[in-house]
Amino acid sequence: INIVLVEGVRTPFLLSGTIYNDFMAHDLARAALLGLLNKTSLPKDAVDYIVYGTVIQEVKTSNVAREAALGAGISEKIPAHTVTMACISANQAITTAVGLIAAGQCDVVVAGGVETMSDMPIRHSRKMRKTMLTLNKAKTLSQRLTLLSKIRLGYLTPELPALTEFSTNETMGHSADRLTAAFGVSRREQDEFAFRSHSLAKKAQDAGLLSDVLSVNVPGKGIVSKDNGIRPSSMEQLEKLKPVFIKPHGTITPASSSFLTDGASAVLLMSEEKALAMGYKPKAYLRDFVFVSQDPKDQLLLGPSYATPEVLEKSGITLDDIDVFEFHEGQILANLKAMDSDWFAQTCMGRKSKVGVLPIEKLNLWGGSLSLGHPFGATGARLVTAAVNRLKKEGGQYALVAACAAGGQVVFDL
Amino acid sequence: YASGTLQPGVGIEPVTFLNPKAAALIAVKDDVAVIRINNPDSKVNTLSIPMQREMAEVMNEVWANGAVKSVVLISSKPGCFIAGADINMIQACRSAEEVTALSQEGQKMFEKIEKSPIPIVAAINGSCLGGGLEFALACQYRVATKSRKTVLGTPEVMLGLLPGAGGTQRLPKMVGLPSAFDVMLTGRNIRADKAKKMGLVHQLVDPLGPGLKDSDVRTVEYLEEVAVGFAKGIVNKSIPLTKRKGIMQKLQDYAMGIPFVRQQIYKTVTKRVMNQTKGLYPAPLKIIECVKAGLEKGSEAGYLEESQNFGKLAMTPESKALVGLYQGQVACKKNRFGTPEREVKNLAILGAGLMGAGIAQVTVDKGVNVILKDTATEGLSRGQDQVYKGFNAKVKKKSITSFERDTTMSCLTGQLDYSGFERVDMVIEAVFEDLSIKHKVLKEVEAVTPPHCIFATNTSGLPIKDIAAASKRPENVIGMHYFSPVDKMQLLEIITTDKTSKDTTASAVALGLKQGKIIIVVKDGPGFYTTRCLSPMLAELLRLLQEGVEPKKLDLLTTSFGLPVGAVILADEVGIDVAAHVGKTMTKAFGSRLDGGNIEVVTTMVEKGFTGRKAGKGFYIYEKGSKSRNINPAAEEILKKFKLSAPPSVSSDSDVQYRLVSRFVNEALLCLQEGILSNPMEGDIGAVFGLGFPPFLGGPFRFVDAFGADKLVQKMKKYEEVYGNQFTACQLLQDHAKDSSKKFYK
Repeated sequence: INIVLVEGVRTPFLLSGTIYNDFMAHDLARAALLGLLNKTSLPKDAVDYIVYGTVIQEVKTSNVAREAALGAGISEKIPAHTVTMACISANQAITTAVGLIAAGQCDVVVAGGVETMSDMPIRHSRKMRKTMLTLNKAKTLSQRLTLLSKIRLGYLTPELPALTEFSTNETMGHSADRLTAAFGVSRREQDEFAFRSHSLAKKAQDAGLLSDVLSVNVPGKGIVSKDNGIRPSSMEQLEKLKPVFIKPHGTITPASSSFLTDGASAVLLMSEEKALAMGYKPKAYLRDFVFVSQDPKDQLLLGPSYATPEVLEKSGITLDDIDVFEFHEGQILANLKAMDSDWFAQTCMGRKSKVGVLPIEKLNLWGGSLSLGHPFGATGARLVTAAVNRLKKEGGQYALVAACAAGGQVVFDL
Repeated sequence: YASGTLQPGVGIEPVTFLNPKAAALIAVKDDVAVIRINNPDSKVNTLSIPMQREMAEVMNEVWANGAVKSVVLISSKPGCFIAGADINMIQACRSAEEVTALSQEGQKMFEKIEKSPIPIVAAINGSCLGGGLEFALACQYRVATKSRKTVLGTPEVMLGLLPGAGGTQRLPKMVGLPSAFDVMLTGRNIRADKAKKMGLVHQLVDPLGPGLKDSDVRTVEYLEEVAVGFAKGIVNKSIPLTKRKGIMQKLQDYAMGIPFVRQQIYKTVTKRVMNQTKGLYPAPLKIIECVKAGLEKGSEAGYLEESQNFGKLAMTPESKALVGLYQGQVACKKNRFGTPEREVKNLAILGAGLMGAGIAQVTVDKGVNVILKDTATEGLSRGQDQVYKGFNAKVKKKSITSFERDTTMSCLTGQLDYSGFERVDMVIEAVFEDLSIKHKVLKEVEAVTPPHCIFATNTSGLPIKDIAAASKRPENVIGMHYFSPVDKMQLLEIITTDKTSKDTTASAVALGLKQGKIIIVVKDGPGFYTTRCLSPMLAELLRLLQEGVEPKKLDLLTTSFGLPVGAVILADEVGIDVAAHVGKTMTKAFGSRLDGGNIEVVTTMVEKGFTGRKAGKGFYIYEKGSKSRNINPAAEEILKKFKLSAPPSVSSDSDVQYRLVSRFVNEALLCLQEGILSNPMEGDIGAVFGLGFPPFLGGPFRFVDAFGADKLVQKMKKYEEVYGNQFTACQLLQDHAKDSSKKFYK
């Protein structure tokens, strides 16, 4: 079966703590879902299944896909589930959809992703939770008082959701800074790349190329229809910024790392047959994908380097055949250096020689995660939609999408 | 050694000045001179005389060059900055004055470093110990990697010495008096993050993963790049040399400024040292003296005190004994039987008791899959919990992550049957000490394991050849005698029979080294070496108890002789039942040489359930949560029943000590005489690390050398006249007594 992408959309990606401040994750997910249905005029009863990816879960809506679907007025008879795989959660949602269609389970699936960092589940400490739960079971007043008397000031320290790898206890930014050092990526190279990302994003935004961005009405705050994290500045300004993760000698600054972002994205996938039968003109075929995993400590963000050659070999094409590259901008420079290194290919990847030089002139020409923002769960679908739209605009044939995720996994396709 | 001229300003690519034998190379990055230390003759950098001379030359060259604005000092050795002073250099000295001169030489050199007109940044990766740390402390700035191999410390005290190149003077100023005493008096290794907190280093650098090069190589490169950055930053004043002090720090500094407070600290620390060492170790006291001299009388007096005390200490028998132990320890961390044909990848342990679980704990985190087998679920679960607790304690101390604990534990399988034994390379049995049970498990194991599988028995007394008698493959049978608690006790005694193959021995030693053990390899015989030395001493202990010496007094006499725990407590720790069991076996083998106490005393105690610490009652009563030990009155009753009169001629405090020690030492010598031991060094290592023989005496053999064989024989003769032939000096001891030129150590 050929699986096609009919359309892809996303809400504007906004800095956390700004306009989406009062939204919950399922509100954003619903906005993307409704936007997709409107844009494609797809009848609500035509959807067979809904999959969303998300990273930091709101405990009240742990199956955020289902809450979004119900809120969007999709029949309660349509099943929905939520997946999680760090920064490639939406990619995982898309490939899950591909699997459902390929297996003949469904014909029409909406896959997407959502993240809000404006609200996060901040919990009581484990000790406090334990006390509270035991308190529930306490029967007499004296039992309750004994329990309450055991509460210490330290119990009240809240637990923030960690942006650290559970297995290594290292924050992603810290790991990324070590990675850039390991590959000898200089501060200047990173500043230049950040500058490029913001400049290209600004250009694309001004030229109206970011056609996947929906207009979303935020109650009480008006309609938003633009990403608000794009800030083209100058190299001089970038040079002044201080390192954020490893101080004082690190190389990653606020500019060369993506900011905390809220946003949601969605794509409509169908079997080719169904799409044609319904009168859609598919935008692209989803050809192939791979997921890979590496050492969570030292190779956390190197997924694209490992996945790229694998997916190319699997689809029987070469790096030169690719017209459009959309890579998640999480330590992309280290990945470029890794792919261009024989030592790395031989020592770490078990390959005979290096993957090759990735043509930067084909990479992320409409901006990327550094400038557009990176709502963890939603980025994957943005990458795919951007790649598809660029293919159409630039008249190319093949696009390659890759992203790295905590745990170090990657993707894919077209 | 180093030669050539400097060519600064050549850019990023380092220019090195070539001399293939050079121990210190200079490269220049912009206006920063990078000095890379690389001792050509060794795997580690040590501050030997030629190294010091060369460093001085190199530094003079750097200082003479006006274009160099700052210096980075780094090592080219993987995992080692500078491991310390060259111990041979100190050993070669014949007098205290010579050693003092060495110390003063070092002091002078580091003073020049400290007063350097341009900033020097020490970039530390790997061990930075002793003289190496003193070198780094003299530099203006210190950057260290967070690598697990990076440790800082002043281990001199463990060699009976003190930091003799300015350490006692600089450390208190740098980290404050309490921390400085802690570092110097314990000699412990300090990891980088702790060092930063203490103020020992200014900045930390993370180790890198593999990138375009090997991670170790790149990490050192990165360290150098970062250090060069800091060096430039210090010159252009963007990096301050002094840290802003927190309120606690300010308070502490204020308190330390009050002479009365300082006096109190000296007093407290001295008291604590006296408590722990019983005054038997001179080095800690000298360290306190040096620090005191520096702070109270000024640095000139302090440095003088330091160098003179360093010289004096180097000549003490305590230091010589400790250095000997250190060298023995290094020797016992090598496999003299070569690389085994097969690496042990899958290990099975029979019996999940204290021993079995302890062996599992020290093995499972070394990349070896471990099966822990017991016969009952309760025992198995207790054993698995013991292993878990061991690793969880490390998580709490933050030396490993909870994730590392979990992955490590995933290599441990607990089971009740023999499934999976077809893949096992070695089996260590730690079941009950009974020959028929040992035979039973040996046969069961051989029925299910592959032909190459080694059968190691962790017995403390049964002869290995008796156990091997039931084996189809006696060449694969070996003894591995661990000491309890296995995760704390460093010694492993490996016992070979006439039939044990060399490859089996090599394999057992290789596994023991992996487990981090110090290993002695001895010949088979009842009690091997360690148990055999201990048994006559315990027999004498029993005799003394019967003669009415109070347990508390015996403990006091033995600890003041230098044992780490009192002999009676030791008996309780070992287990009265074990002592009784071993005592019987040993008496059967050695007859009257084990005379002394009446074995009935211990068998009666066992009958009443007073089996020692594990039962809560032995000679003492052990209560959970209570640190004070009370005498077990019921045990006292038993002793009264077996009371003997104490002959006054051999019952003074000193006699009590020497009656115990002489029997131990004589038996040790006998083991060498009979060929159980292959050399005195292993005997000393075994006695100190396995049985707690006083380290400052260096072990039984070094003790005989230092005390005088003739004097010991005299004492033994006196006891022999009263008690009989258990005090008869062995031939080897008599030979040494007759010819005073005969020594175990030259």
